[in-house]
Amino acid sequence: MQTPQPYPARWKRPPVLFTHTGWRRAIYAGALVYLVLAMQSIEIDWQRVYLGLDRGWKFVEGFLTPDFTTRWRDISEGLIESLTMTITSTVAGVLVSVPIGIGAARNLAPMPVYLACRGIITLSRSFQEIIIAILLVAMFGFGPFAGFLTLAFASIGFLSKLLAEDIEACDRSQIEAIRATGASWWQVVNYAVQPQVMPRLVGLSLYRLDINFRESAVIGIVGAGGIGATLNTAIDRYEYDSAGAILIIIIAIVLVVEYSSSYIRRWVQ
Amino acid sequence: MNVLKLDKLSKTYATGDTALREVSFEVPAGQVLGLIGPSGAGKSTLIRCINRLVEPTGGSISLGDTDLARLNGRALRRARRRIGMIFQEYALVERLTVMENVLSGRLGYVPVWRSFLRRYPAQDVAQAFSLLERVGLSDHFNKRADALSGGQRQRVGIARALEQNPELLLVDEPTASLDPKTSRQIMRLIGDACRERNLPAIINIHDVMLAQQFTDRIIGLKAGEVVFDGSPDALANEVLTRIYGDEDWTAMRGEDGTDEGAYTPSVDLAEGV
Repeated sequence: MQTPQPYPARWKRPPVLFTHTGWRRAIYAGALVYLVLAMQSIEIDWQRVYLGLDRGWKFVEGFLTPDFTTRWRDISEGLIESLTMTITSTVAGVLVSVPIGIGAARNLAPMPVYLACRGIITLSRSFQEIIIAILLVAMFGFGPFAGFLTLAFASIGFLSKLLAEDIEACDRSQIEAIRATGASWWQVVNYAVQPQVMPRLVGLSLYRLDINFRESAVIGIVGAGGIGATLNTAIDRYEYDSAGAILIIIIAIVLVVEYSSSYIRRWVQ
Repeated sequence: MNVLKLDKLSKTYATGDTALREVSFEVPAGQVLGLIGPSGAGKSTLIRCINRLVEPTGGSISLGDTDLARLNGRALRRARRRIGMIFQEYALVERLTVMENVLSGRLGYVPVWRSFLRRYPAQDVAQAFSLLERVGLSDHFNKRADALSGGQRQRVGIARALEQNPELLLVDEPTASLDPKTSRQIMRLIGDACRERNLPAIINIHDVMLAQQFTDRIIGLKAGEVVFDGSPDALANEVLTRIYGDEDWTAMRGEDGTDEGAYTPSVDLAEGV
């Protein structure tokens, strides 16, 4: 049965970003024009692409017929170096990140400490790993020590920032309850904050381990040792079959870390 | 015996909102005081000013010979350990075991290394076990706090507060998320504990009926001021109207008398005041 409808039957969600209709249309049209013009400015040398296809195919062929044996000594040495670098830098990174992360949490640290710790985090995060690696290789020479320092330094920015954010997102009532018992600052951290952030800290550390391994392959190219150096040499010598073998090993290790970390994370919940 | 005495306690938040205006009253030892009033009346602020989770902006708070409003650092922590607090929504540390939660009541008394290694003095541990038995949770001491039901969690909260051997109990909406039966059990437990130990207590509570049933004295707070201070029996309809605003109070009482199961907290009636 139909009754007369006194209420409006149509409703549209009001625009959030550009509330003025004319401006909205102008901005969308402008963005479209810019996109078209920008696409036209890209120069593509189709002949070069055609030549490169050949080389690319050789690479794919090498990848499909990986050669683990010929350069096995180099590969295994590079791998061990990379894994050592990864694990030591992650452990060192976590050890340094925990105090910095606590210091960078607004709800635990006084203003001067907070600013200092945020400063360290910003410094660590403002440089990409490769740039730090180039600098540290120049300072400490070629090899895994420069790689270790690079990865540890980069881990600090990553872990401290995310840990600090997690501490700031802690349930306030649990912290309040522990403070109300007369607990000191250290006891509040140990009893109210640590239990809340522990699963996340473990998860982040494992994720960073994964990142550090992948990064160790990249920074090797600029001289910081490890599997990256081996990979670089293989490509320079046009030994795509050995390079393919290295890539497959990297993928396998990342997969193993990925599966085991999700298992461990479930376990520490 | 220790007496809690508030003198012209005031709190104005940084936002400019005045939560408390010169509140003064005394709570003698062994008295269970119910603090009622509409949402935003300043009940929570008042309780938190006493143990300085919120900084008062004026007035004094004395517990025995100590002026709580003037303490800082170590002295403040030493004063806090004398005051047990029970929270709305329990505020247990969820990933710690029941035992750790109860023992955290001793944090103000033990050095950091002992609390860090969970090696509490023998009498603290024995007391924790006896309190867990007292609140009816003897078998649950190794469970994680988040594995318990609401009523059980609040019992752990009570045990944690009593583990402090407090001289004063502050209780903030202890029954806000509990069913009517559990609410009564919890209120009875808190009341009995106070009488056994001759503890003064301040209980913030939305539920007027529960307050009347389980407290010795009631203070009504409205917009940061005391508008009623008297025995629970003196809470006449006109007093409730003074605290909360106009409402059909007789109907609320009638409903409560006939069917406790279908009982709705009086806060619903007071909402929007």
